Amino acid sequence: MTTAAKPAVAAKKPQNVQKEDAMWLQKELINANYMDLATAHQNGRKVAATFVPGNLNELLMCFDFARSLPETNALQNGMRKKSGKFIMDAEREGHSEDVCTYVKSDLGMMAGGEIGPTGDPLPTPDVLLLSYTGCFTFMKWFELIRHKYGCETTMLHVPYQGEGRIEPNMRDYVVRQLKESVIPTLERVSGVKFDIDRLREYMKESAKAEEDLVAVLQSAKNRPSPIDGYFGAVYYIGPIFTAFRGSKDGTKFYRMLREEIEQRVREGKGPITPDGEMTEEKYRLIVEGPPNWTSFRDFWKMFYEEGAVVVASTYAKVGGLYDFGFRHNPDKPLESLAEYCLGCYTNLNLPSRVDMICRYMEQYEADGLLINSIKSCNSFSAGQLLILREVEKRTGKPAAFIETDLVDPRYFSAANVKNRLESYFQMVKQKRTAHAAA
Amino acid sequence: MTTANPVQAIVERCQTLFDDLDFNAVKQWKAAVPGRKAIGYMPIYVPRELIHAAGMLPVGILGGGDQLEVIQGDAYYQSYICRIPRSTIELGLTGRLDCLDGMLFPSICDVIRNLSGMWQLMFKDKYVRYFDAPQNYEDEVGGRFYVHELEILRTDLGKLRGKPITDAELDASIAVYNENRRAIADLYAYRAAKPWQAPTSEVYLILRAGMVLPPEEHTQLVRDYLAATDAVQRPRRDNARIVINGSFCEQPPLNLIKSIEMAGCYIVDDDFMLVTRWLLDDVPTVGKPLEELSKAFLHRSASTAAKYDAKREDKGQYLLKQVKTGSAEGVIFAAPSFCDPALLERPMLQDVLAKQKIPYTAFKYAENTGQMAPIREQAGTFADSIKLWSAA
Repeated sequence: MTTAAKPAVAAKKPQNVQKEDAMWLQKELINANYMDLATAHQNGRKVAATFVPGNLNELLMCFDFARSLPETNALQNGMRKKSGKFIMDAEREGHSEDVCTYVKSDLGMMAGGEIGPTGDPLPTPDVLLLSYTGCFTFMKWFELIRHKYGCETTMLHVPYQGEGRIEPNMRDYVVRQLKESVIPTLERVSGVKFDIDRLREYMKESAKAEEDLVAVLQSAKNRPSPIDGYFGAVYYIGPIFTAFRGSKDGTKFYRMLREEIEQRVREGKGPITPDGEMTEEKYRLIVEGPPNWTSFRDFWKMFYEEGAVVVASTYAKVGGLYDFGFRHNPDKPLESLAEYCLGCYTNLNLPSRVDMICRYMEQYEADGLLINSIKSCNSFSAGQLLILREVEKRTGKPAAFIETDLVDPRYFSAANVKNRLESYFQMVKQKRTAHAAA
Repeated sequence: MTTANPVQAIVERCQTLFDDLDFNAVKQWKAAVPGRKAIGYMPIYVPRELIHAAGMLPVGILGGGDQLEVIQGDAYYQSYICRIPRSTIELGLTGRLDCLDGMLFPSICDVIRNLSGMWQLMFKDKYVRYFDAPQNYEDEVGGRFYVHELEILRTDLGKLRGKPITDAELDASIAVYNENRRAIADLYAYRAAKPWQAPTSEVYLILRAGMVLPPEEHTQLVRDYLAATDAVQRPRRDNARIVINGSFCEQPPLNLIKSIEMAGCYIVDDDFMLVTRWLLDDVPTVGKPLEELSKAFLHRSASTAAKYDAKREDKGQYLLKQVKTGSAEGVIFAAPSFCDPALLERPMLQDVLAKQKIPYTAFKYAENTGQMAPIREQAGTFADSIKLWSAA
């Protein structure tokens, strides 16, 4: 029985890029999972694909599935500059230029021979766990894969928090789907009988890792912040949002990460960036929206070169809202899985998202809000201009808006983004000076 | 203005209702009896029976069309988001929707979903609800969830009017909408049989009238139109018979429909305003009304891109049935720009059609598209190709 991937390939440490030790370990874990996927079928294991928000990793581990996360595949391809071709290939196949580039990157990769981001084969999944959480496109995405590749698909419809809260009816609906539909399908495809005690054990590990992750993310309340809660957080959330939540490897990673960050707090250090430690924290920002992946390093550089650190981001909550108290609860495993899915950030309604950002602004003593609006992602983007107005109105802090895309390099205009950021930092500075003078 | 015949009179009345972006018909309905309330709803489907049972007027809100200048609405949306939410915001901010006492936002896509939250923030004095519908079609799973959602809506609307909605009221409203759906089914069957007698530019307006008229009045209007148009013989042309797909939310400009027809196409089926035909047969008026509405939704409702197809082999079957029952010769995919559901669904539907050797063409529009020449050209070429190649 394999419960979690073991790091098989040590990530190389290029001399010109600086990372925390935990970041290197994260890279090893992610690479190991790709190796796990590449060899799954030859090792007699089945492969499941599922989405990051509302992913039921602990449940999939109960059936010994190797786990593939299509958004992660797309973003990894984006960071490796491979996604542009995949997207154009998918568009040539008839997919609209208007729709999500994660989807097109994934479809283009599959059509191009199913070689994953690391260069290892990425097998066609044996089952698609369609956790329809916070994003309509997920449903179409897996329908498209099912249509082309004939994969078995099991749907988990997660109702939206339209009233800003989780109602018992919503939770019961998700639990009933797990019992009546999802678990029987996973049992049938994997040939493994469901063992709820095994699920509980994984969930205990999840809760430990979640506790440590929250400590890491909330360390940004310190001055200076020892982490970047957006660009840096991408590395921190990687394992827990993907194939490692519930695994002992995941727990170890978060313990190590927490210790490393707490040491940085004790030493009064700022975040590690690819160009080294950030020594002066000039601006503390909250960011709403996912990052751009095709120019991730350049994008980050525009911030740290100006002394801007992101102290909290909503993107770091797409795979779970742990900092507001949720923990996987092994005593109520299925109900807890349901609440996890229901609570993911993009499943919150607009008023809840505004409230959350305003809380971050206050708790993290931020200077302002920056919205990175993503062309591909209506779930995040529709309504962001109202979010901007509301947050400015309620907090009196300046907000700014930039537009990029997830993995389509055609929609990242470095000069435009840099211009806007520089103007924004000036605005924050002036506002702070005016406030101090008053 | 005097009109030459009853068909024209009906169509002109519907055109007036269609053109009226101030919803005067709704205001007049409310003014006729003090205390009346109206509830707006967006595409694709809400159970209008519940609104009607509360004595309220269900009002379909389908954006601002091509006659509304969107100024404020554009300030709330990026350029890559479709037009219907921005024109709907414009309608709201300019006071045109003040006659509505509430708004329902059904689960159709992330944009309309998020618009529900925007409405909560921007129109705090109104009743606003995101109306979730199940993507699981088991009675004991999705059905139980859905009945509960219906129960909440029923309770909320009861509170809004100051008195709970009874089962008898619900049964009566279900009967009213059964009758309305029958009339529309007759209209669609008539158009499929004799599309030259019921051009879609007229059928569309008849359907749109149902967005603002009480259902009883609308049913009569549909019946009157059928009788009136059947009494006047119109010239039959050698047009290509086509089905329109992808126009279930943001609506095409009326001129686009006219352009397709002028280009040599008879539209014999479509997915405009699916709320009027969502439930495929009568909902029983005996038994538990909410459970009957739920069963109809789960087991006997239309298929569209916003709804999950539980099995791979189900994909495209509804469209194929439309093609077959309408004796259509091709499909035009006409979807709004940036419409995730329609544009993500399209490649799958095209694949299904290709396997059946059914010709198709595709273009995008916005509700305010003004330049029709390219569309007329494309539709005309498509119609010509059908006529030329299917005859070979």
